[in-house]
Amino acid sequence: MATQHSRSAARLMMAPAVVLLLGWMLVPLAMTLTFSFKQYLPLRGGDLGWVGFENYVRFVTSSSVWPSVQATLVIVGGVLLITVVLGVLLAMLLDQPMWGQGIVRILVIAPFFVMPTVSALVWKNMFMDPVNGLFAHLWKAFGLVPVEWLSQASLASIIMIVSWQWLPFATLILLTAIQSLDSEQLEAAEMDGAPPLSRFGHIILPHLARAITVVVLIQTIFLLSVFAEIFVTTQGSFGTRTLTYLIYQRVLESQNVGLGSAGGIYAVVLANVVAIFLMRIVGKNLDA
Amino acid sequence: MPRAVTTRRKTVNTLAAWAIGLLIFFPILWTILTSFKTEATAIADPPVFLFFDWTLENYAVVQERSDYMRFLWNSVIIAGGSTLLGILVAVPAAWSMAFVPSKRTKDILLWMLSTKMLPAVGVLYPIYLVFIQLGLLDTRVGLTIVLMLINLPIIVWMLYTYFREIPGEILEAARMDGATLKEEILYVLTPMAVPGIASTILLNIILAWNEAFWTLNLTAANAAPLTAFIASYSSPEGLFYAKLSAASTMAIAPILILGWFSQKQLVRGLTFGAVK
Repeated sequence: MATQHSRSAARLMMAPAVVLLLGWMLVPLAMTLTFSFKQYLPLRGGDLGWVGFENYVRFVTSSSVWPSVQATLVIVGGVLLITVVLGVLLAMLLDQPMWGQGIVRILVIAPFFVMPTVSALVWKNMFMDPVNGLFAHLWKAFGLVPVEWLSQASLASIIMIVSWQWLPFATLILLTAIQSLDSEQLEAAEMDGAPPLSRFGHIILPHLARAITVVVLIQTIFLLSVFAEIFVTTQGSFGTRTLTYLIYQRVLESQNVGLGSAGGIYAVVLANVVAIFLMRIVGKNLDA
Repeated sequence: MPRAVTTRRKTVNTLAAWAIGLLIFFPILWTILTSFKTEATAIADPPVFLFFDWTLENYAVVQERSDYMRFLWNSVIIAGGSTLLGILVAVPAAWSMAFVPSKRTKDILLWMLSTKMLPAVGVLYPIYLVFIQLGLLDTRVGLTIVLMLINLPIIVWMLYTYFREIPGEILEAARMDGATLKEEILYVLTPMAVPGIASTILLNIILAWNEAFWTLNLTAANAAPLTAFIASYSSPEGLFYAKLSAASTMAIAPILILGWFSQKQLVRGLTFGAVK
C-alpha cells in the first residue's frame, strides 16, 4: 500500500501538469467569455464597453450563421459517413490473408501523416485544378468538360480531401478492433451455414460497435475544427465557410473580437456536448 | 490464428488490397514523382508517370527561394521541444496516477482529456493577446509552449496506459529493499517504461509537426515551421507544380517515415486506450 509520504509526493508530481492545463484552460476561456460581453474592436477604438448579450444575439441572427452551421454539419457528416463505411470495408479486407499485408497497410496509413496544408494544396492544384489537374486530364480524355471542383462542387471537394486524410485513422482503429475478434466464432458461424451478410451483421458489426463509436467521436472533435484545408483552398468561399472558419474571420479578418468571442463560446459549448459522450465511453474503459 | 484459405482466394484478396492501397497512396506517390519533373513535364497532357528526365532542380530552387532549411529547423525545434517539455511534465504526473491512484485520479484524467476538446478558434484571440503581452508572438518558444499544452493530455494519457501495465509488485519489492523514491523511478521504473515513453514521443512529434492551426496563426516570418512554409504556396504564380511537389515532399518525408513506425501507438494514443 502507498504510504502517506508517497501520497503527498504523488500529488506534488501531478501538480505541474494539472496547474499548466488548468491555466491553459481557464485563462483564455475567461478572456473569451469577458470579450463576448463587450463591444471590442481592436482596430476601431478597442474596448468600447459592456454590451450584455448583444454579441450572442448578433452572432446567431447574422445571415452567415446558418449556412456555416449547415456547411459544418455537411462536412462533418459527409466525412464521417465516408470514413466509417469505407473504413469498415477496408479493415475487413486488410484482415484477410494476403501477400504483402504489411506493405499495403503502410500505403493505406500514409495519408494520415501528411500535414493538412500539404494535402490540401496537392489536391487543390495537382488533382482538382480545372486546367492542369489530373482530374481535368482524365475528364478530357473521356471527352468531358473538366469540373471546377473547388467552386462548382466545393463542399464535396473539401469532404473528399478531408476524408482522404481521415480514412487511414478510421481503418487503422477498425482493423485493430477486427483483429481482436475471435476467428473461431466466425468459423463456427461459417460452418453452421450462415451467409456472409448475416455473419457481418450478427458477429462483425456488433463487435465493431465500440470502435466505430470511438472513431465517430474522436473524428467529430477534430472535424468540427477543420481549418487548414479550408484556409489554403477556398478561404471559406463557395459555401465552405464552416463555423470555425466564420469565427476565425470575425476575429482576425474583420477584427470584431466581441462578436467572434461570442461565436467561440458557442463552439466551445458544441464541442463539449460531443466531448461528454466520448468521455463516458473512455471513462467506462478506465473502470474495466 | 490465421485461417486456412485457398490460394485463389488469397490471390483475389491480395490484388484487391494492393489496388486500393495504391489508389489511396497515389496522391503522395504522384507528388513525389512530380517533384523530380520539370515544370513543363509536370503539367503535360496526357500525364507522364515514370519515363521523363529526372531532375533535382526543383529541390535546389525551393531551398534557394524560401530557405527551406530555416522552416525545417523551426519545425524540428517546435515539434521536438514541445514533445520533450511535455514528457518532462507528464512522466511524473502519469507515474503518480498509475502507481499511487486516489479516488480523484479518474476525474483528473478525464478532465485533462476535456481540455483537449476546447476548440482552438474559441480561444485564438486571448492567446494572441497574451502572446503579444509576453512578447511571444512569432517566436519558437511561444509556439513550443502552445503545442506542448495542446498535446499534454495525450502525452499524459498514453504514458498512463503504458505505466498501468507495469506490475506494481516490482515497485513494491524495490521499496521493500529500501529503494528511495528517486531510485525507484530511475532504476526500476524507467527501464521498464522506455518503450512506452519512446512510442509517446514518436506520436507526439508527428502531431506537433502537422499541427496547422496555431502554427499558421501565431507565426509570421521568424518562427514559421513547415506548415506555414507550404501554406505560402497557396497563392501561386506561373508554373509551380514541380516546385510545390518538391516542397511538399521535403515537408512530409521525415514524418511519413516516423509515422510508419508508430502505427500501433497511433491507435493507442489517439483513442486514449479505448481500443486495443
